[in-house]
Amino acid sequence: MNFEKVIFAFFIVLALTLNFGFFLGDIENPVHHNVYELFAAIVVSFIATVLKAGDKTHLGAVLLATSLVADLQLIVAAIIWAVAVHVTETGLTPSTMSAIISLSGGALLANITSVILLVSETLMVRR
Amino acid sequence: MPNIVFILIRRIRIPLILLISVYAISITGFVLIPGQDDEGNLWRMDFFHAFYFVSFMGTTIGFGEIPYAFTDAQRMWALFSIYTTVISWLYGIGSLLSLLQEPAFRTLMTESSFKRALKRINEPFYLICGYGDTGSLLVRALAEAGIRSVVIDHNQNRINSLELEDLLFVVPGLCADASIPDSLLRAGLKHKNCIAVIALTNADNCNLKVAITTKLIRSELLTIARAETHEVEANINSFGTELVINPFDTFAGRLSLALQSPSMYLLFQWMTSVPYEKLQEPTFTPKGKWILCGFGRFGKAVYQRLIDADISVVVIEALPEKTQAPQGVIVGVGTEAKTLMEADVSRAAGIVAATDDDADNLSILMTAKQLNKDLFVVARQNLKENDDIFDVANADLIMKRGSIIANKIFAIVTTPLLSQFFDLASKKNDKWANELVSRICGVVSDNAPSRWTLEIKTGDAPAVSLAIANNLQVPLEVFLRDPRNRNDRLSCIPLMLNRGRESILLPKEDEILQKGDQLLFCGENCMKAHMNWIARNHNVFNYVLTGREHSSSVLTKLFSQSS
Repeated sequence: MNFEKVIFAFFIVLALTLNFGFFLGDIENPVHHNVYELFAAIVVSFIATVLKAGDKTHLGAVLLATSLVADLQLIVAAIIWAVAVHVTETGLTPSTMSAIISLSGGALLANITSVILLVSETLMVRR
Repeated sequence: MPNIVFILIRRIRIPLILLISVYAISITGFVLIPGQDDEGNLWRMDFFHAFYFVSFMGTTIGFGEIPYAFTDAQRMWALFSIYTTVISWLYGIGSLLSLLQEPAFRTLMTESSFKRALKRINEPFYLICGYGDTGSLLVRALAEAGIRSVVIDHNQNRINSLELEDLLFVVPGLCADASIPDSLLRAGLKHKNCIAVIALTNADNCNLKVAITTKLIRSELLTIARAETHEVEANINSFGTELVINPFDTFAGRLSLALQSPSMYLLFQWMTSVPYEKLQEPTFTPKGKWILCGFGRFGKAVYQRLIDADISVVVIEALPEKTQAPQGVIVGVGTEAKTLMEADVSRAAGIVAATDDDADNLSILMTAKQLNKDLFVVARQNLKENDDIFDVANADLIMKRGSIIANKIFAIVTTPLLSQFFDLASKKNDKWANELVSRICGVVSDNAPSRWTLEIKTGDAPAVSLAIANNLQVPLEVFLRDPRNRNDRLSCIPLMLNRGRESILLPKEDEILQKGDQLLFCGENCMKAHMNWIARNHNVFNYVLTGREHSSSVLTKLFSQSS
């Protein structure tokens, strides 16, 4: 067992699960979506990006790209949240909330791709 | 080569993750810890405010407790966060800086900047291996002539000196061993604009390897190599290298030319001059007995040539057994008066100081001059850095090894026809050379003449080609007239006409040109532009040929038809 691989897979899967947890629920209902979970998803996604950067293989490049996509979508979601609550002070209206959740849904797809790539690479290694 | 940004991120991965984690923990802490607003109500920071506070906390401690004054619990957490963020920032910046300082990473950075510089070259360039005396002179001469080059040398100091050199444009330099094929590939051997490889390193083996690599990977490239021994010379020649230069032979050949045929020597020097080189004065060597100091590789080559020319030579050599000096050798370095007296310096015509030590050569020169004021002194200069002392040493002839080879290569790569010209000219006698030299003197002023080639083909000389295609008789003399006033002459001389396999030395002015002819001219540098004007512009060409000024506009044609 390679400890480095454990950490690597841990963060990638955690990024997916946190993202999924945030995404889960009624798309227009702010009560179903926890801001702490969004924060955690962003932080873990950042860490996963740093871990993926620097892999020279083709697979590594695709993994990094999916992570960058997830980062981008989650950051935009967070910015929309902050703007709605603090700048325009409209609060989390159903339309704002659905924008935030659909962005995180996009990030979720990117994270799923990332995990599929990880799993398929793991299956190639038969030891 | 790997991308530098990714390597950077991979190397500072741990500090980056630490920084992200510390930020995440601090922000979460501020969100969780209850605070108070200005009226004493319970107020919690949300992520927006917490991120704002943590972002400026690490860098500007003491900025203020925003938006409301903190409670003690919040202050305690702020205290903890300040230390952790500051430490993780310091750690992160520290590892980034130490990575940037690391020699391996610096090499990577210089290599990648070399790669970028190479990529930006969009003109033909020469790949020069070895940046010693010869290499640096050649690179400078090529730059003066507006030709790009790329340098590869295994010595970092030389690459540094290349970067400090004040050239017209950037010459990228790679610090690598040229004998390794990969280095040549990195230096742009496969680059579509690389047109020639010139191997000038000190090691014969390395030059051999460069020539082989070039011929195997890109056989169509012009390859020029330096070889010190005859075996390696023959070896490099065997696989189709265009030009192999033996520095000792070339050097000795030029020296013996200077002694036997001063005009021919002057002609060769001029024809191989670099841009803005001053015109040398002709020297006339006296006849009689010569003294040769030093019997190394260079001395041997000189000796052989002097003997071949029936000049009697006395050799002075410090280690006669080791160097297999000929009979009658005088043992000594030649720097002492006693040795020189033994060689009968007072009755000699000239002396050649040919040791491989510049200080010895200067000493021989000065001692000999003291003993015999009329002595013709030839000094060999090995290192370019001694230019200043040799210039004031009052020698009649200074043979600079680096510059002779560099100039020869420069002349041949910029004007390939010259090598044919040299072959033909060397069969002529001194009188012929003397006449040509005085003719050249008439057309140039301060600087040595520049040479150029004109080829009668549609691309290079459309106006002339068209006229010949229309069965017009175009004499060579057309190119010697001034396009601004055809009664004036351009200050240049046609040196050679190349027609198929036939070469005519100093063609006559009424020679009728044919398609495909190659002409070699020499003269003032600006004359080339005038000549190109004649060759390319139909109106100018017609004016120079016939004296009538035609205008090719439709209106004028109509008028001239109706009148």
